Amino acid sequence: MSISKEEVKHVSELAKLELSDTELDVFTSQLDDIIGMAEQLSEVDTTDVPVTTHITDVMNVMREDVAEKGMDRDLLFKNAPDSENGLIKVPAIIDESEEA
Amino acid sequence: MNFETTIGLEVHVEMKTKSKAFSPSKVDFGAEPNTNTNVIDWGYPGVLPTANKGAIEYGMRAALALNCEITKDNHFDRKNYFYPDNPKAYQITQSEEPIGRNGFLEIEVDGETKKIGIEEMHVEEDAGKNTHNPNGYSYVDLNRQGTPLIEIVSRPDIKTPEEAYTYLEKLRQVIQFTGVSDVKMEEGSMRIDVNISINPIGQPGYGTKTEMKNLNSFENVRKGLEFEEKRQMNVLMSGGIVQQETRRFDAPTGTTILMRVKEGASDYRYFPEPDIPPIHISDDWIQEVKDSIPEMPDKRRARYASELGLPEYDAEVLTQTKEMSDFFEETIQLKADPKLAANWLMGEVNAFMNTNKLNLQDTKLTPANLAGMINLITDETISSKIAKKVFQEIIKNGSEPKAWVESKGLVQLSDPAKLQPIIDGILDNNEQSIEDFKNGKDRAVGFLIGQIMKQTQGQANPNVVNQLLMASLKLR
Amino acid sequence: MDYFKQDLSSLHDSLVNKEMSSEELTKATFAEIKARDLKISAFLAMNEEMAINQAKAVDATGIDANNVLAGIPIAVKDNIVTKDLTTTAASKMLENFNPIYDATVIEKMRQAQMVTIGKTNMDEFAMGGSTETSAFKTTKNPWDTTKVPGGSSGGSAAAVAAGEVVAALGSDTGGSIRQPASFNGVVGTKPTYGRVSRYGLIAFASSLDQIGPFTRGVKDNAAVLNAISGNDSHDSTSSAQAVPDFTAGLTGDIKGMKIALPKEYLGEGVDADVKEAIQKAVKTFEELGATVDEVSLPNSKYGVPVYYILASSEASSNLQRFDGIRYGFRAQDVKSLEDVYVRSRSEGFGDEVKRRIMLGTFSLSAGTYDVFFKKAAQVRTLICNDFRNVFNDYDLIIGPTAPNTAFNIGDKIEDPITMYMNDILTIPVNLAGLPGMSVPAGFSKGLPVGLQLIAKSFDEATMYRAGYAFEQATDFHKEVPTLGGQN
Repeated sequence: MSISKEEVKHVSELAKLELSDTELDVFTSQLDDIIGMAEQLSEVDTTDVPVTTHITDVMNVMREDVAEKGMDRDLLFKNAPDSENGLIKVPAIIDESEEA
Repeated sequence: MNFETTIGLEVHVEMKTKSKAFSPSKVDFGAEPNTNTNVIDWGYPGVLPTANKGAIEYGMRAALALNCEITKDNHFDRKNYFYPDNPKAYQITQSEEPIGRNGFLEIEVDGETKKIGIEEMHVEEDAGKNTHNPNGYSYVDLNRQGTPLIEIVSRPDIKTPEEAYTYLEKLRQVIQFTGVSDVKMEEGSMRIDVNISINPIGQPGYGTKTEMKNLNSFENVRKGLEFEEKRQMNVLMSGGIVQQETRRFDAPTGTTILMRVKEGASDYRYFPEPDIPPIHISDDWIQEVKDSIPEMPDKRRARYASELGLPEYDAEVLTQTKEMSDFFEETIQLKADPKLAANWLMGEVNAFMNTNKLNLQDTKLTPANLAGMINLITDETISSKIAKKVFQEIIKNGSEPKAWVESKGLVQLSDPAKLQPIIDGILDNNEQSIEDFKNGKDRAVGFLIGQIMKQTQGQANPNVVNQLLMASLKLR
Repeated sequence: MDYFKQDLSSLHDSLVNKEMSSEELTKATFAEIKARDLKISAFLAMNEEMAINQAKAVDATGIDANNVLAGIPIAVKDNIVTKDLTTTAASKMLENFNPIYDATVIEKMRQAQMVTIGKTNMDEFAMGGSTETSAFKTTKNPWDTTKVPGGSSGGSAAAVAAGEVVAALGSDTGGSIRQPASFNGVVGTKPTYGRVSRYGLIAFASSLDQIGPFTRGVKDNAAVLNAISGNDSHDSTSSAQAVPDFTAGLTGDIKGMKIALPKEYLGEGVDADVKEAIQKAVKTFEELGATVDEVSLPNSKYGVPVYYILASSEASSNLQRFDGIRYGFRAQDVKSLEDVYVRSRSEGFGDEVKRRIMLGTFSLSAGTYDVFFKKAAQVRTLICNDFRNVFNDYDLIIGPTAPNTAFNIGDKIEDPITMYMNDILTIPVNLAGLPGMSVPAGFSKGLPVGLQLIAKSFDEATMYRAGYAFEQATDFHKEVPTLGGQN
């Protein structure tokens, strides 16, 4: 498996990163190397092997449904680049399609 | 050419937990922007989610009420996408292992019961809210961020817009009865995505589907689907092809408008949420949650008819909403006569709510007061005419009926010793009526009773008056 | 303050005996850092005002004679959030980020009356093995300032090695505590996954990250780990296991301990000098009465690809929150929402971070998930099983921490794969969630070599016991760098 420049470009769009042409070349070749390295996993027989996605020894960690007061709003806005009237301000959203 | 329509519904319902799904902030509709938020809701660097047991249990409750199998080994997944109301740029959801699977709802279609399959039901978190301003900016309020949701995905069993409407009504009713959500459309606590396709009858598979997202009323779902169904038919009949696209229902015109053509599925890069350890649901836990589920509307309806002897119609009306049904049950628990309670709730109470555009909980009426008033009627302390006055008082001002009736001197007059002198006086002044009565004119009795009621300001017990009057007339 | 001549107990004695106050110690520490850091560049931020106030407060309550940590200054890696103290993760993205809450470990250190002295340099968002990917400065190895201090916790390791502080906190996702400990000749511990709360650690890879301490000696290391360990309701992955006193078993006696040496850990790619140091260490352990047998961890060779796929996948998701909207860097003159995202992220992140985000995004994509993410998560299971098999018969695994000693600044930064291979011996430990530690085990051409000790889950006590016995039997930990000179 290898990765093409177009794929790298597509991935960068998903990740909201913009790559210059030079960067695109460098990243494509580097990612291709890394993916080449990852290829050796294909030699491992993983039939019926479960995935490990959590390594902790705990399960069923849950909080009781008790509400706490919100944090000081001014404090939450302390690092915000732009805000107005207690709202976070961003340039207009045009496409609403992503709403859950 | 004849077509078969297939409709799929994805419904999001906000749970009414006290705290959010993965942070302890309060769940509260209508608060000042960003006041029910903390560093977790804001996705601050370094924060971690903590799962709300209440949300998991509500998820189980809804899944059980929708006849789903409960998944034993649960984990959460991340759905990755950038959006200003999505602070972590991923939503914590369940994609691989939804908490419920293979459920169904039974709906009534043309007098027949039809089973609508539920593919899956999962627990996830809601996003914040964006407000768009014509000034070229959007504004983000994260109060809603993290509110627990259930998403219910139907199987392609729904065949008409009307069935979709009925399914939604039933779904709302069932969810409401579980106590998981109040399901208030106007507060956006239920949001509906629909997809619809048509296919020539006899042709295998399904046609290309179009989607409509975030519909905010059942009526709009029905109208949108009706329009789409016709539009797709017209496209196919005129030799065109239906494109896979997202459309928007435009309520004023009753039409749907193309928003965008789908180019392949979005790539949300789902993967297991590493910050939340797996959750195992044991049989004991399932039983515990099962035992906590309030009785469902179908069961209540049957019980009202069989145990309380209410007419089918009454049982149906009283179980439309959990609010009404719970109110009814509390009222009869206070020894109010069930039929009377049903009549009042379906009649005067409903009328009052409709006139004043209020929910039952927003009035001053309580089951105790309604039961108190009904009991005053049954023990003949007040007449049903006076009861109407009492009712206005208790629903508007929340007064205790017995005390109010007494303070206003509205107690029904049933004591013959008090009524007899009044009757005698009226008869003395109405010789003509006595004459008429003796000549067989029954109308005279009605007139005399009217006079007696007038003099007692409606407080005289009509039965007693009737008896005393007849006896007195015979003596004249 | 010459930390080369001090450890926690000697400092504690001076504080208890009132030979100096915590305030004086704190001020002296700042003075030392200012002098030594000119050559080392270990620190990104100093916490002068708050630290001195904190020290004064400790003095005011009196030094608890039973708390060896009371009044002691400690340095903190800059990916651990500290309220009111700029926390950057060495990224332009967070250059001016001022946290509004404290990480759990910071709370715990405050309860232990330790004084947070400042924030140390690191690879950007902990991605790197040399501290060269920092957006702000290049930290130098105190043993040879032309060499890297390792990474990603290079600042913390160098600060301890240079005698600027007695202890520092780092984080370890694939070796980021142990490898710099090895390169700097200090003790560095990555605890069992779940031992220390991750709340307030700016996440790199959530299923791998752990916070742990750097010190010059094993006993001090155990004492600091005691203070920061324990279950935390803010971190659902933190374990409920009881925290034993890690300093309790430090007697020097390890007779009968069964130690395993994986043959893969002395294989191809490991420098001859490093191998030799480890073989000497094996002899030392045997002389101490332990048995050392060769074992095999057959799947450990897949550790590097498994790690880079899984860690990058998690990172690609964890780093999406840096979007220029609620905090952090927002690019200038952005016209559209897309601009806010794309330009803020493209200008705010450095190359290595972008590379990993890209790799992770690719690994999670619809068409590649099964062959990359899922496959790697399956091989991870096999790696865990390898360790489990060995630990059925052994108490401890030893081997080198890194295949080589500190390399030249600039040598590997252009070549990601060579850089990644540097983590080959530390990565499997993170994948299996085990505790691991690096202790000084010799020198190669004047540069420290680290011995890695790996124990069963939640058995840090055995690891410390062995590490302490080894330390007491050797003199490597007594060596100190001549700052800036060639040793």
